[in-house]
Amino acid sequence: MAQFIDNIPSMDLMRSEKMTFAQLIIPVESAHRAVSYLGELGLFQFRDLNENKSPFQRTFINQVKRCAEMSRKLRFFKDQISKAGLMSSPHSVLQPDIELEELEYQLAEHEHELIELNSNSEKLRQSYNELLEFKIVLQKAFGFLASNHSHEFSERELEENVYLNDGYFDTASPLEKELKPGSSYQSGLRFISGMICKSKVLRFERMLFRATRGNMLFNQAAADELIEDPVSNEKIEKTVFVVFFSGEQARTKILKICESFGANCYPVPEDISKQRQISGEVSTRLSDLETTLDAGIRHRNKALASVECHLAKWMNMVRREKAVYDTLNMLNFDVTKKCLVGEGWCPVFAKLQIQEALQRATLDSSSQVGIIFHPMDAAESPPTYFRTNRFTSAYQEIVDAYGVARYEEANPAVYTVITFPFLFAVMFGDWGHGICLLLGALVLIARESRLSKERLGSFMEMLFGGRYVLLLMSLFSIYCGLIYNEFFSVPFHIFGKSAYSCRDASCRDAHTAGLVKLRDPYPFGVDPSWRGSRSELAFLNSLKMKMSILLGVAQMNLGIILSYFNAHYFSSSVDIRYQFVPQMIFLNSLFGYLSLLIVIKWCNGSQADLYHVMIYMFLSPTDNLGENQLFRGQRPLQIVLLLLALIAVPWMLFPKPFILKKLHHERFQGRTYGMLTTSEMDLEEEPDSARQHDEEFNFSEVFVHQMIHSIEFVLGAVSNTASYLRLWALSLAHSELSTVFYEKVLVLAWGYDNLVIRLVGLAVFAFATAFILLMMETLSAFLHALRLHWVEFQNKFYHGDGYKFRPFSFASLTEDDD
Amino acid sequence: MYGFEALTFNIHGGYLEAIVRGHRARLLTAADYNNLCQCETLEDIKMHLSATEYGPYLQNEPSPLHTTTIVEKCTLKLVDDYKHMLCQATEPLSTFLEYITYGHMIDNVVLIVTGTLHERDVQELLEKCHPLGMFDSIASLAVAQNMRELYRLVLVDTPLAPYFSDCITSEDLDDMNIEIMRNTLYKAYLEDFYKFCQKLGGATAEIMSDLLAFEADRRAVNITINSIGTELTRDDRKKLYSNFGLLYPYGHEELAVSEDIDQVRAVMEKYPPYQSIFAKLSFGESQMLDKAFNEEEVKRLCLAFDQQFHYAVFFAYMRLREQEVRNLMWISECVAQNQKSRVHDSVVFIF
Repeated sequence: MAQFIDNIPSMDLMRSEKMTFAQLIIPVESAHRAVSYLGELGLFQFRDLNENKSPFQRTFINQVKRCAEMSRKLRFFKDQISKAGLMSSPHSVLQPDIELEELEYQLAEHEHELIELNSNSEKLRQSYNELLEFKIVLQKAFGFLASNHSHEFSERELEENVYLNDGYFDTASPLEKELKPGSSYQSGLRFISGMICKSKVLRFERMLFRATRGNMLFNQAAADELIEDPVSNEKIEKTVFVVFFSGEQARTKILKICESFGANCYPVPEDISKQRQISGEVSTRLSDLETTLDAGIRHRNKALASVECHLAKWMNMVRREKAVYDTLNMLNFDVTKKCLVGEGWCPVFAKLQIQEALQRATLDSSSQVGIIFHPMDAAESPPTYFRTNRFTSAYQEIVDAYGVARYEEANPAVYTVITFPFLFAVMFGDWGHGICLLLGALVLIARESRLSKERLGSFMEMLFGGRYVLLLMSLFSIYCGLIYNEFFSVPFHIFGKSAYSCRDASCRDAHTAGLVKLRDPYPFGVDPSWRGSRSELAFLNSLKMKMSILLGVAQMNLGIILSYFNAHYFSSSVDIRYQFVPQMIFLNSLFGYLSLLIVIKWCNGSQADLYHVMIYMFLSPTDNLGENQLFRGQRPLQIVLLLLALIAVPWMLFPKPFILKKLHHERFQGRTYGMLTTSEMDLEEEPDSARQHDEEFNFSEVFVHQMIHSIEFVLGAVSNTASYLRLWALSLAHSELSTVFYEKVLVLAWGYDNLVIRLVGLAVFAFATAFILLMMETLSAFLHALRLHWVEFQNKFYHGDGYKFRPFSFASLTEDDD
Repeated sequence: MYGFEALTFNIHGGYLEAIVRGHRARLLTAADYNNLCQCETLEDIKMHLSATEYGPYLQNEPSPLHTTTIVEKCTLKLVDDYKHMLCQATEPLSTFLEYITYGHMIDNVVLIVTGTLHERDVQELLEKCHPLGMFDSIASLAVAQNMRELYRLVLVDTPLAPYFSDCITSEDLDDMNIEIMRNTLYKAYLEDFYKFCQKLGGATAEIMSDLLAFEADRRAVNITINSIGTELTRDDRKKLYSNFGLLYPYGHEELAVSEDIDQVRAVMEKYPPYQSIFAKLSFGESQMLDKAFNEEEVKRLCLAFDQQFHYAVFFAYMRLREQEVRNLMWISECVAQNQKSRVHDSVVFIF
C-alpha cells in the first residue's frame, strides 16, 4: 500500500512547492542589478534583516527618498495632464532606456518649466478673469443705474428736495474720480459695484444690511457667463451687485466687507459715453489677453504632451526602482562592508533560474566577484507556494480564504476544482438557469484579455475573478438539471418517453389511482411524469436526501483519506494508526453502513424503513429486524459494526497522547541536563539556524487536545452528515421557488388573453428569474457549497496555518503602491 | 437610561464609535515619537510620517518642507476625520461634535479681532485660524470696532451668540478687553457644553463631566497665573472661572485671592487629583505647568476609551489628535531649528 502510494506520480497542486532558505552574498557593485533581475524573475522572497531599524536608518534611504520625490513629480505631471485634458494615446513610443540620474534631472527640468509656465498663465488668467468680470459688471450695472435714474427722477418729481444731486452718482473708485473731477458730491448717494460668488450673495447682502443698519440699496443680477475660479479652476456662477449707500464711513465698512467676502469691486462710470469707451477698451484688452493665454496654453500643452508620451514608462521605472531600493534596504552589510547579505525563500525548482539571473547580474555589472547563493537551514517553517494558472487560481483562492495551507500539506484545492462546482450544482440543478449562468461565464471568458486590463468595480472584479468557477458551476448545474429534469422548473421528454402512462385514455384517475408503468425506466434522470403528481415531493425528497447522504459520506471519506496521505507524507505512523484507522472505522461503520443500505434499497426496491433500521441499530441491536431486513446476516453485521464504532472511540482518544509521551521520554531520557547547555550555546552561536528546540512536553495539554479532537470527530460524524442534507434542502427550495414563479406568474399571466397582462407576467417572471433565482440563489448555493468545503470536508485533514509565499516581483507592483 | 446604553447605542452611534476607535488605534505611539525625535531633517520626518495616517497628506509636498506645511497637512487630516464623522452623525451626536469646535471658534474670533486691532492683514490672519473653528462670515470680523458691533454684525449668526450675553459692552476693543472676552466666552461655552452633556446623561455625562471639569479647573489656574500682577480685580477674576469643576466653589474663592504661583500651588494641592501635577514641579516654577497639565489631560482622555457606548470618545479623540499635531509641530520646529536637545520639553506621549 505504502509503496503504491509512493509510486503515484506527484501532482503540482497536491503539495506546495518545495522551498529552500537561501543566503545571498552580493558585492555592492552588482547589488542593484542583481536585485532588479530577481525582481523580474519574481521567485525570491526577501526577509527583512533590518526589522528593528527605523526607515530612515537604513542604508539606501536616500535613494528611496529620491524615488519618492520623482514619483511625486510624476504624479504632478499626471495631475497636470489630466487637468489639461490630454489623456490620449496609450500607445507607448519606444524610446531608449535612460538612466535614473538622467531621468531625475529631466524630471526636475520639466517640473521647473511647467511651474513657470503655470505661474505665468495664472497671472494672465487672473487679469483675464478680472477684465471679464469688469466687462460683465459694466454691462449689468448699467442697467441698474439707468433704472435707478428714472426711478429717482420720478421720486424727485414727487418729493422735490430729496436728492438734489441725482444724476451725479459718484463712483467708488478713486481712479474714476480722477476721470470725472467735479462731478462727485461727498455727501450724496454713492454706489459700489462688483462681483461675488453666487453662493455668498445672501450672506453678503445680510451683512451689508446689518453693517449699514439698513441704509443701503442692494441690486443684483446673475452673470451670463461662468467665470473660472482661480483656485480650483472650476467654472462657477457669479453675481453682479450694485450697492447704493451714503456716507464715508459706510463706504469703508462696505469695502471691508467686500474684501472679507472675496468680492471684487469694479468702478463703473455712470456716464454712458464714458462707459462705452471703457467697455471698448476692456474688450480689446480682453481679446489681446485671450490670444496670449491661448498661446500660453498651447505651449504648455506641448510641453505636457512631450512628458505624457513617456509618463507611463517613467512611472513604471520609478516604481521599480523604488521597489529595488526598498528591497536593498532589507539586506545587511557584512563585516567587510563590501558585500550585502540577503536572506530569503525561494522554490527549489527556481534555484537554477535564480543562480543564472545572479550570474547575469555579475557579468552585466562587470563585477570581479561573483554573487554567492547558498542554501541554509531556517528555523521558521517555509512559506506555501502553489503554482496556479488562471483556471486553478480561483479555486486556490477559495481554499486560501479559509487558511493558507501548511507547508507541503495536502491541498484541498485539487479536489475543490470539481467538488465545489458539483456540490453547488446539486443545490442549483436546473438546466435553464444553468444555461443562463453558462452564457454569463462564457461572456466573461471571451472578454478575458480585455477585462483583465481594465479596472473593474468590486463586484465585477469578484465575478471576473471567479469566471472559471462560474463556468464549471454552470456546466454542472446543466448536468444536475438534466438529472432533475428541470428547465426553469419545467420537465422535458428529452431522453425518450416517460415510463408511466395513464390507466385509460381519458386519464381521469391519474391523480387518484396513479399511473401504470409501461416501458423500461426513463433512461436518464427523473421521469417527467413525476411532475405534478401527488407523490412528486415525497419521491424527489427521498431521492435527494439519500443522494445528499451518499455525496456527504463520500466527501468526508475523501477528507479522512487525505489525512492518511498527510500522515504518510510526514511519516507519522502514530497518526495513521491511532487517528486515521479509528476514524475510518467509526465513520464507515455508522454512516458508511447507512450508505450501503441506501444503495441496496435502491437496487432491490425494498420497502424497508431506513430510519428505523438506523435508530434501532443503537437502541436494541439484538432485536429482530422484521420487515426492515434488507439482506441476510444484517443483524450480526450491525452488531459487529456497532462494536467496531464503540471500540474506535477510545482507540482514537487514548493511545496517541500516551505514545507521544513515551516517545518524548525515550528521546530525552537522561539527557535533560546536557541538552540545556548545548541548546543555549547553539542559540548564541547561530541565531538564524534551523535547530528545532523541543519545548517542555506537557502531557495534560496534549491529552486535552486529543480529547477535543476525538469528541469533535465523533460528534462531527453525526452533525456533518446531517449538514450535507443542506444539499437536499437548497435544491428543494430552488426547484419549488422556480415552480412558483413559473406557475403563479408566467402560466397565470398566459392564461389571460391580454397582451399587456402577458407582457407584465413575462417581465415579472424574467426579473424574478434573473434577480432571485440567478443572483440570490446562486449566492446562497455558493455559500453553502463553501461551507460544506470549509467545514465538513476540510476539518477532516486541513490545518491551514501556513503563510503565503510573497516573492519580490515587479509584476506584482501595481499603481496603488505609490 | 443609565447603564442601558448598550441596548440602543449602536443604532446610531455604533458605526461612528467604531470609526473613532479605529482612528485612535492609528495615533502615533511612543516608538513613533522616539523615531521622530531622532530625525535629522524635516525630510526624515516626512519619510517617517509616510508610513502613518499622515502619509497621503504629505506625499505630494515638494521637497523643501516647512514646519507650517507639516502642521497644516496634519491638521487637515484631523479636519477630514472630523468632517467625515460629522457627516455621518445624527442627533444628538452631531450637536456634540459641533460643540467640540466651539472652542476653536472662540480662539479664531479672538485671533482675528486682535489681529485687526494690530492692523494685520485679514487674509494672513485667516490662514492662521484653526480650520475647525471656521465659520462663514469670519472674515468680516475685521469690520467691527467694538463688542456690540462684533456681536451684532457677525457673531449673532454663529453658535457663539448665546455666550456673548455677558460681554456686550460698547467699549472699544483693546487687548485686555479681548482677553476678558475670550475667557468669558470660554466660561460660557464650557458651562453650556457641561449642561449639554448632563442632558445627554449616561456614561457620556459621567466621563465628559470629568473631562470638562478638568478643563475648567485648568483654565481657572491659568487665568489666575496669567492675571497675577495685572489690574484685574479679584471679583473680575472670579467672574471668569467656570461655575463647575472640582475647584468650584471653594477653590475659586481661594484662587481669586492668590497673589503668586506658590499660593496657587497651595490651593491646588488641597485637591488630591491635582496633587500629582504640582508634585512634579519645583516651587515657584510655572514653565512646566502646561506640560504637566497636558500629560494629565492625555491620561484622562485615554481613559475615556476604556468605556464603551458614550460620546466622550469623540471628544477624547479630537483632543488627542490635536495634542499629536502639537507634538509634531514641536518636534518639527526643534528639528528645523537644530534644537534637538529640547525636543522632549514639550512632547506629550499619548501611549
